[in-house]
Amino acid sequence: MKQDQILAEVSEIIRDVLDQPNLQISAATTARDVEGWDSFNHINIVVAVESRFGIKINTAEIEELKNVGEFVELVKRKLSAR
Amino acid sequence: MRLADLYWLPDAADLTERLRHASRDPAPQWDELVRLANCRLDFVQTNRLDRALQRCRIDDSSARVLKLAVLSSSTVDHLLPGCRVAALRRNLHLRTFAGNFGMYLQDLQDEDSALHVFDPDVLLCAFHAHHLIGNPAPTLAAGESDALVDQAADRIVQVWRLIRQSFQGQIIQQNVLPVCHNIVGSNEHRLRSAAGSLVERLNARLRELADEQRVDIIAVDRVTRDDGLRAWHDPSLWHRAKQEISPVAAPAYGELVARLVAAQQGRSSKCLVLDLDNTLWGGVIGDDGLEGIKLGQGSALGEAYVDFQHYVSALGRRGVILAVCSKNDPQNARLPFDRHPEMVIKSEQIACFVANWDDKAQNLRSIARQLNVGIDSLVFVDDNPFERNFVRRELPSVAVPELPDGPEFYARCLADAGYFEALHITSEDQERSSHYQANMAREQLRSSQTDIRSYLQSLDMELRWQPFDRVGMLRIVQLINKTNQFNLTTRRYSESEVDAMMRDGSTVTLQLRLVDRFGDNGMIGVVVGRLQGDSLHLDTWLMSCRVLGRQVEEATLNIIVSEAKRLGASYLIGEYLPTQKNVLVREHYRKLGFQLDDEADDGASRWLLPVEEFAGRPTFIRQTRAS
Repeated sequence: MKQDQILAEVSEIIRDVLDQPNLQISAATTARDVEGWDSFNHINIVVAVESRFGIKINTAEIEELKNVGEFVELVKRKLSAR
Repeated sequence: MRLADLYWLPDAADLTERLRHASRDPAPQWDELVRLANCRLDFVQTNRLDRALQRCRIDDSSARVLKLAVLSSSTVDHLLPGCRVAALRRNLHLRTFAGNFGMYLQDLQDEDSALHVFDPDVLLCAFHAHHLIGNPAPTLAAGESDALVDQAADRIVQVWRLIRQSFQGQIIQQNVLPVCHNIVGSNEHRLRSAAGSLVERLNARLRELADEQRVDIIAVDRVTRDDGLRAWHDPSLWHRAKQEISPVAAPAYGELVARLVAAQQGRSSKCLVLDLDNTLWGGVIGDDGLEGIKLGQGSALGEAYVDFQHYVSALGRRGVILAVCSKNDPQNARLPFDRHPEMVIKSEQIACFVANWDDKAQNLRSIARQLNVGIDSLVFVDDNPFERNFVRRELPSVAVPELPDGPEFYARCLADAGYFEALHITSEDQERSSHYQANMAREQLRSSQTDIRSYLQSLDMELRWQPFDRVGMLRIVQLINKTNQFNLTTRRYSESEVDAMMRDGSTVTLQLRLVDRFGDNGMIGVVVGRLQGDSLHLDTWLMSCRVLGRQVEEATLNIIVSEAKRLGASYLIGEYLPTQKNVLVREHYRKLGFQLDDEADDGASRWLLPVEEFAGRPTFIRQTRAS
């Protein structure tokens, strides 16, 4: 799967979890930029991405993520490692 | 196919669009939200629907409002949307409260706490293994490890006791999620001090204690055994957020909670309506004939249908009403029941058998009418997607499971869908199918005898009555909490409240059984009257619909009046409180000769009967005081 396609799907999941259909998201977006993206919703986003792509992201990996772009990069790595 | 996926709920093609619409709608409609809740939703969709639900003006709906408080040793906030949406699925409006995790003892003991202010109707307790048994050393002696189990069980019982001191409502105990890893292996139980062994014994102990104390269990140990623990519990979420149940499983967890709440409210489904061809046997009886259909030994498929029939039959024998709704020639449809040696379900078990070429929605309405059950208490099982969708569209309140492909999965699907969740199994439940069978015999007698009076006379009826007692308690509480149609006030009471009535000298309590020449109908009526001044107020009067039209109401009134006289009351005061389901009894008191005293705008009414002027209503029922 291409990186921009993953970005599109991850962005859609973030919009769904936060229930903000019009939210603009880019690779540079961080949780702090977005209203409502708290620790509670952060877990929901990670879990929803795991379910959607059939991958497992471990605790250490989650703690290292800085922005949406790194998240997408991680998903891509996990997908190609399968 | 995991319970966690809610796979029996149908996928809606336009779900995304409808959810988006509900998200944008400043005041979404309750009915549309109920319809959405009855589609298959993942946890993100559940949370979105829940947000729309928070904006819904509930006053517009006729849904019952209930308050659920969760007392927990871990994070549960992420589970609450699942609980609320699962209640919504059942047309129940659930408000929720979760205290800070681990603070439940303080919350219970402090009468000014937010928990007490919330004043819950239902209390759900969920404690994790580590909280209850810590990290037990596997070197503990057997006796010490048993003591550990006892202490943990005592702590939970103590919580129940504290709850009962302050609250009247239902207590639900989630049992202990078996998250401990084996240190021995398959024979883990041989090391009694292993954490896994302790949890297993604690869960067994909790089941006994819950039965003693009338607490309802959410069996997460069994669900995770079937589904796999990984679908429900994620260790990384446990460490990050103290979520014992993963958000992915939150919709299913909510289902388990809502089932118990609904069962307590008398909202579990009552009747399983079955299609025949390719549902109970393979093939089409009208085309393939008795020899051609697949049923029984000889083919794997035939054996799978037999297995499903065994499951259905077991449901029937524990009290679920069974009915048939098939597009068939009636003679063909009955053929396997009468002549096929491998049929497990017998025609005597089918309370209502409908085989014709009319549309199934119409037939389902007629089945509900004939059985005197609400249309929303039907579950319709049909292998044909066309029929399923047609019924869903025409009768949205009928539950129609999305059957998996292949009869070998049908039983699992019905079990996972939990439509018939029951809290107590009484002997009446187990005899119910035979009650309905006897009813069909009575109906046939009635249709052969157009003269209703001579029909009633021929039944040789006896109404046996007595005050509430311990023996009848389970059934009395069950009737009070699940009777919807013939119920004048629909007041629900817990066992402890019923117990208090029983002991109160100024309260008249009646339990009534009807016996006739076709058999014992079991306990079919409950009355509670409270003496206030010179009047006996009829707080509760309910009756099972299966004895409608048989003068039981009149005979019951005769008994009530004699009891009122015994207490020295001059008046009976009757009350009708309208609900969505009890329009049947709106004119009940008028029919019995009461005078209308007062009527409110919402249709609630108050009725008066002077005891002295009451001459007794003539019936064909003998009234006997049981010991």
